[in-house]
Amino acid sequence: MALFKMPSLGADMEAGTLVEWLVGEGETVRRGDIIAVVETQKGAIEIEVFKNGTVSQLLLQPGETVPVGTPMAEIDGGAAGEPAPAAPAPERAARLSAKPAEPERPVATAPPPPRAKAGERVPASPAARRLAAEKGVNLAALKGSGPGGAIVSADVLAAEQPAKLGAAPSRRGLDMDEMRKAIAAAMARSKREIPHYYLQHSIDLEAATTWLAEANAERTPPERLLMAALFVKATALALKQYPEFNGHFVDGRMERSESVHLGVAVAIRGGGLIAPAIHDADTLDVGSLMAALKDVTARMRAGRVRSSELTDPTATFSSLGDRGVEGLWGVIYPPQVALVGFGKVLSRPAVINDQVVPRPQVQVSLSGDHRANDGHRGALLLNAIDKLLQSPEAL
Amino acid sequence: MTEDEIKAVLFEEITAVAPDADPAAVPEEADIRDALDLDSMDMLNVVAALHDRLGVEIPEADAPAFFTIAGGVQYLASRLH
Repeated sequence: MALFKMPSLGADMEAGTLVEWLVGEGETVRRGDIIAVVETQKGAIEIEVFKNGTVSQLLLQPGETVPVGTPMAEIDGGAAGEPAPAAPAPERAARLSAKPAEPERPVATAPPPPRAKAGERVPASPAARRLAAEKGVNLAALKGSGPGGAIVSADVLAAEQPAKLGAAPSRRGLDMDEMRKAIAAAMARSKREIPHYYLQHSIDLEAATTWLAEANAERTPPERLLMAALFVKATALALKQYPEFNGHFVDGRMERSESVHLGVAVAIRGGGLIAPAIHDADTLDVGSLMAALKDVTARMRAGRVRSSELTDPTATFSSLGDRGVEGLWGVIYPPQVALVGFGKVLSRPAVINDQVVPRPQVQVSLSGDHRANDGHRGALLLNAIDKLLQSPEAL
Repeated sequence: MTEDEIKAVLFEEITAVAPDADPAAVPEEADIRDALDLDSMDMLNVVAALHDRLGVEIPEADAPAFFTIAGGVQYLASRLH
């Protein structure tokens, strides 16, 4: 028997609300199946199960809000040695988080709360502090259940009117206010904890532009490629070459990932963004990457996010597209250690064979976490992306 | 199809890509990418949907016609008649 637990779907998530079960007791599930919908600050997330078996008991009712790590269901079977299912998604043997459905550090992912001296701040997680301020709960009056007695959001919620927790959340869709809070928490943590450094490089796109125009001339509109697909592929291949930029910084050390699950920043119309993982992006051809980009863009905007897409990204890709500006300097999404940003493709003067000629160019940037990697290797990473984009036919 | 019918189809496909957008409120000569905040993926999706729905070949070189409502309607009208 295994317990299916409330997963941690982001650095700042402490609790989730079950919206609905998509399976019933006695049903057989296979790894990768979506079995529940959980409401978080990032909207209603489709939660995947990470083992084969039979749902023997559902432990939560829709509407219940529980902390990360709380058992949600019991799953029997799926004994060791059972053949892996024909997974609908590519096999993710090297998934960074070995047990994504059983997060071990639901609280430790938040910065350690400072020890309070007499008359100083009460130890509490940033999320709990924010929640307490919103709900008018006095932190000093609470007993913390987090590490070192720190107050976590669950403590604040417990001190509040219990009736409020039973309110049924929406089935689908995005709550933009909550998403803004989630972005604020993650980005504030990033800027607080991660010593960012930044590199910039200009890449000539004559070869890529020519190749793309020729490729698209033979394709119908639904099959056409965008330059972004080439950028994603080149970035993923370069991250594979320079693994110190691909993984998570956890408990004071870098955990490299064998797989490149590239988080692709998707702007939500009207504000906000999500960076879901395109799994094994380095192994997909550009046509498949284009299809994946279309798929995640459409689903993110409709508020249909899968849990693995939020937990798995090993680095972030951000492209401002053709209506953006020349360059961007991204904020790393913890616990990742790098973000690669692309500006808008522009025709710029370039010196080729001592002649100034107009060439399509793009500014690519790297935001690196100095705890995990350095500028020299970062420069090699950006140069690798450049080199890869000079041979687009090989991508 | 009349131009009004073509325009209605174009509006439907824009709205399918950007549900919050109101293409009818945009001047017909305005760049809808700016007016409705449509990126290259959105524009590709609009053109792809029109291709599938109307069976019109739209070479990539012609896609800029759809940057305005007037341009898009005129392009489709010339291909459908």
